[in-house]
Amino acid sequence: MTRATRTPPSQAQRAARFVLGRITFYVGSSLFAAFFVLPLLWLTVAPFSTLANLDLRLPDPWSLQNFERVFENGFAIRALVQNSMIQGFGAMLLVTLTATLAAYALSRANIPGTTAITYGLVLFSSVVTGTAAMVPIFLMIVQLGLIDTHLGVILVFTGGLLPAAVFIMRDFVDSIPRSYEESAMVAGASSWRVFRDIALPIVRPGMMVVGVWAFVQVWGGFLIPFILLRDADKMPASVAIYSFYTEAGTPLITLTAAYSLLYTLPVLLLYLFVNWRYGFRFFGGIKS
Amino acid sequence: MASVTFHDVEKAFGTVKAVDGVNFTITEGEFVCLLGPSGCGKTTTLRLIAGLEKATGGSIHIGDLDVTHLAAKDRDIGMVFQDYALYPHMTIGENIGYPLKVRNVPTDARATRIGEVAKNLQIDKLLERRPGEISGGQQQRTSVARAVVHEPQVFLFDEPLSNLDAKLRLEARSFLKHLQREVGVTAVYVTHDQAEAMALADRIAVMNEGRIVQMAPPLEVYHRPGTTFVANFLGSPPMNLLPATVALDGGARFVGEAFTVAMPSHVETAVRQHLSDGTQVTVGIRPEHLDLSRDAVPGGFQGPLYALETLGPESLVTLKVGDELLTVRIFSDDAPQLADTVHAAFDPEKLHVFRENGERIPVE
Repeated sequence: MTRATRTPPSQAQRAARFVLGRITFYVGSSLFAAFFVLPLLWLTVAPFSTLANLDLRLPDPWSLQNFERVFENGFAIRALVQNSMIQGFGAMLLVTLTATLAAYALSRANIPGTTAITYGLVLFSSVVTGTAAMVPIFLMIVQLGLIDTHLGVILVFTGGLLPAAVFIMRDFVDSIPRSYEESAMVAGASSWRVFRDIALPIVRPGMMVVGVWAFVQVWGGFLIPFILLRDADKMPASVAIYSFYTEAGTPLITLTAAYSLLYTLPVLLLYLFVNWRYGFRFFGGIKS
Repeated sequence: MASVTFHDVEKAFGTVKAVDGVNFTITEGEFVCLLGPSGCGKTTTLRLIAGLEKATGGSIHIGDLDVTHLAAKDRDIGMVFQDYALYPHMTIGENIGYPLKVRNVPTDARATRIGEVAKNLQIDKLLERRPGEISGGQQQRTSVARAVVHEPQVFLFDEPLSNLDAKLRLEARSFLKHLQREVGVTAVYVTHDQAEAMALADRIAVMNEGRIVQMAPPLEVYHRPGTTFVANFLGSPPMNLLPATVALDGGARFVGEAFTVAMPSHVETAVRQHLSDGTQVTVGIRPEHLDLSRDAVPGGFQGPLYALETLGPESLVTLKVGDELLTVRIFSDDAPQLADTVHAAFDPEKLHVFRENGERIPVE
């Protein structure tokens, strides 16, 4: 007569709903992940096929011919092996050292406003992007006589990466207990010795993080070297990748794929090396 | 070793005066404890000696040298921090040897000296380990080793025992005293634990609100405290302090809210000299100078039993005297069958009298 509006689900019904929900979730997230994984998968197979195209299929036959032809392109190889390395490592060292020194000063100096400066830096750097500042930067570099030099590229990259790098390092430096430095001072160490013997070793994990991050940013950076460099001999890989075009102006997928794979290797190796040697552990502030 | 002299030293953080006119001279080889509650300025005073804070007024001398404006690294001191401050990325040996490394002592001489000091402190087997791999007691001894390795003029200790558990604390305390005696270097030791100060110091400087309230050998500070603050701070349980009025007509006595105690004759002399009839005072008597009695004690204390705490060989009996509590320390064997009303007599030699402002009236 009267219909019950809702009956509570039975145990079996609840279980079924749970399993169905889980299956849907896994299928959905797998599809989502596949969307992002496909290009990476393509990169692992396409370089080994002379018929490579923008679709994903296993090479038949597997061939290293693409790589042979890439290595014939001296310009591209020098770009990869020499120029990208120079600019990448150069910027990495400069960013890491200056950011650490700056972060140490901002953290330990007894002057008002250091926190405001730190946060202000990050704010400003995210407002003014590289593209927006390209014209003034170009003019400035020309006036400094640094146009078409590695140094010019390194300096501009460093300037762009420093605010975030200082921000990250400041956090690491803040976590060093003051008593470490104080005990070193009492032991007779000058400010520089305290920094070198005590602070620097303790923030080394942070420096690793900032160093690798800076290297990756420069390694993949296109706009700055494209604008600031003229000489083909100085172009890094991010620009040289455009040289794999036919005369007609169509891209050579086979060669671009092979070159791209080579392009990713150094970064991968760097990450593995740092992880093995130092580890990306964050043990700031060790309790005694 | 050297003396340490403070002359009208002040340290202000903005408008707050952490150290407000401190004067003292610590003689060579003396062990002085700075004792006081949190925020009294004792740690700031220690850091002023170390050079980790800059005085905003007055002058500081170590030996004959005016160090008021000298950086910490040039002051030739050894300091043990509360958290030990051992560098986690160096081995124990490297930690101990750091002051020598900074002074460019050659490697061989350094290694010999490190070995010496480590052996003395019984950590010579740990030299290759890291600070994170050793126990709290061993960390503390490493910290001490680092402070002594370069043979400084003055030792500074910033509550070095507070991170140790109770049993270890007692062992370490005896050890520190022994070490100081052996090495004979001037030592300044900050603590809030009055038992520690009593056990270790040649002289105790009791501090409150940025000033030194009393600076004297432990037994003097204990038996002749200069103010009620000092009387209350030293001794566990602290001295009983009861407000009372001086009554000199008829028999000389102190009249409190719920008690009347007769003035011993030497006390009467002092009171007649310094005070007048009807003055408000505070009467003080330490728990160990009181005794319980079965029968009423004329001119003594009495009141209902408030609490009985058995501490092993001793017991604490607290009775309510008017609005105040009076604590008596007795041997547990003597704990009487406590009736509802407890009677307590006091040792007349040990009665203290303080003015209303806290100052003690000398009754010797």
